[in-house]
Amino acid sequence: MDKWVVLRSEWYSRQFHLKSLVIISVLLFITMLIAWSSLALGKYALSAPALLQALGSREIAENAFIVQILRMPRLLMAFMVGGALAVAGLLFQTMVRNPLASPDVMGVTGGASAAAVWFMTAAVSSLSAFWLPLAAMAGGLAGGGLVYLLARKDGLSPTRLILVGIGIAAVMTAFTTLLLVFSPLSSAMNAYVWLIGSVYGARWHEVANLALWLCPAALALIWVARSLQVNELDASLGVGLGVAVERMRLILLVLGVYVAGAAIAYAGALSFVGLISPHLARRLTRRPGPELIIVTALVGSILVMSADLIGRVMFQPLDLPAGIFVSAIGAPYFLYLLLRSRVS
Amino acid sequence: MARIKATPIRPGLVVFLGLLSLILMSVLSLAIDKTSIPLGKVLHAIAQPDMSDIDHILVNTTRLARTAVAIVVGASLAVAGGLMQALTRNPVASPGLFGINAGAVFFIVLLTPASGADSITQVMQLAFIGATLAGALVLSIGMMRSHNVSQLRLVLAGIAVTALLSSFTQTVLIVDQDGLDNILFWIAGSAAGRGLDAVQAVSPYLAAVFAGSLLLARHINILVAGELVARALGQNTLVIRILLGMIVIVLAGTAVALAGNIAFIGLIAPHLTRGLLPNDFRWLIPGYAIFGALLLLTSDMLARTLLNPQEMPLGVVTACLGAPFFIHLARRGMRNG
Repeated sequence: MDKWVVLRSEWYSRQFHLKSLVIISVLLFITMLIAWSSLALGKYALSAPALLQALGSREIAENAFIVQILRMPRLLMAFMVGGALAVAGLLFQTMVRNPLASPDVMGVTGGASAAAVWFMTAAVSSLSAFWLPLAAMAGGLAGGGLVYLLARKDGLSPTRLILVGIGIAAVMTAFTTLLLVFSPLSSAMNAYVWLIGSVYGARWHEVANLALWLCPAALALIWVARSLQVNELDASLGVGLGVAVERMRLILLVLGVYVAGAAIAYAGALSFVGLISPHLARRLTRRPGPELIIVTALVGSILVMSADLIGRVMFQPLDLPAGIFVSAIGAPYFLYLLLRSRVS
Repeated sequence: MARIKATPIRPGLVVFLGLLSLILMSVLSLAIDKTSIPLGKVLHAIAQPDMSDIDHILVNTTRLARTAVAIVVGASLAVAGGLMQALTRNPVASPGLFGINAGAVFFIVLLTPASGADSITQVMQLAFIGATLAGALVLSIGMMRSHNVSQLRLVLAGIAVTALLSSFTQTVLIVDQDGLDNILFWIAGSAAGRGLDAVQAVSPYLAAVFAGSLLLARHINILVAGELVARALGQNTLVIRILLGMIVIVLAGTAVALAGNIAFIGLIAPHLTRGLLPNDFRWLIPGYAIFGALLLLTSDMLARTLLNPQEMPLGVVTACLGAPFFIHLARRGMRNG
């Protein structure tokens, strides 16, 4: 029998799966390890005492500047973006009950990118950059909604969902390319790097803004976490268990688009995080619900953080976008999943 | 034989009309650009080139090269796509979707600076290597663990391999700090990048594989009826498949070397052609070539003129034309085509 830990207070009580708690602790430890290396390594490698001193320093001198102003916000950005995209993937996979669903496959990434590039090239002069996530979310919702509607024809077959997703993504990419061509060259090159996905030059105020956008989503997640597992069952079973399945799906879609849109607005079109993180997480913990959400988020964070670390440290003096390494890890893993599976 | 469709129009007439419109479009493509040249003058420039007239020079050099590239690339991609659809019996098979174009682009971008390849034939050879590796990878993953090629698995393997290779290509382009123009050429494709000499250099290869595919047409007719039927009729399906694969590699690789990665032509041109011609590859292969060329030439004209004076990337135009068709295809269901 599995062991449980029960947490009980006046307003909240829950039992936690012990094994999942252990896995979460291990993942947190790995996250810390990567965070430490991200802060210490780079063009100027810092020893452990120097790093601690730089972290504690009130004065923004040389080392402290590198750690506190350059490396720290970038690290936090990678952490949040990875977690957000991974959770979005989990929400989509649960919603359509299809292990291949993810923000990129469902047209959300394409739509969000197109809208964000449009915002960056056309609207940024008249509107504050704080609203960039809103544009990305609207685009993501349009892309995802279009794919969902077009793929829905007596049920949602996985094949159709993926093919329609490819089609919509192609249209969105075409639109984005067009915007890039007609924008001034300097911003076009930036937008191109951004399309691959990176956490380049993240600043503290951007980190704060993204955290602000993600907060309501985190609260909503706590609320839907319980019914998430019911949604993995057959729709009629869900109805039998007293869950409003259709309404739940809509909530999951909106929540997924919200989370993915916010992340994409700040880090660009990182692909594969949302697709493979839930799979990796399911191999680590079999418990659906809150445990799975946390494990998925941590796996996604680790993925993006290490991709950014590799891109920054391994190819010095170049600083390569994290998106490249996320694909380089994600695509082979996806092919491996494909080889193991029995899709027909 | 597979299904024989009763077509109201005779196939000879369809091919003839297709050729006629292709010639018409070519002349139009020489005449219409950001600055148009009157049709009479274009004909005059072709018949009696006067090298002191700027319009005559334009028609005979840049515009002629661009038109020729569009025709050759469109035809190659369409035949490659049509043959891949026959080979895998998958209606969405195409060099773009199955990673072959992405493989060719990656090898060109990666190895051109190192090997010092600058002639089109050398670039083409790099493209062949990349196309072969990517195609083999996708096919082997698609076929593994099952006796028959699994349709969805093939598509997914194609997506993943394409994503992987394009991320590698992007790495190389970023590391080399190439300009945006160069990046766009490889990502969205263009018919304006190569001269007439490049077209001349590749045409013997293309002519050879095109003739080869026509010679194989009867065998393809049998192959699309299914593995078992083909074997029962005494066909060595493995040999036919390998030959077809080689033809596809040469066609797609050459197209990429000439014009970069152009999406969707290899997918939609064969489908349009099948709607017009009987299900017989002796007609279908020339049909693919003609309608593919027509489609890409038209797309290129739209790319040149739609947002005058600026130019749209060719891949954007083909994606806008192709993606809705592709979605329609996906909704209709993955029947063998």
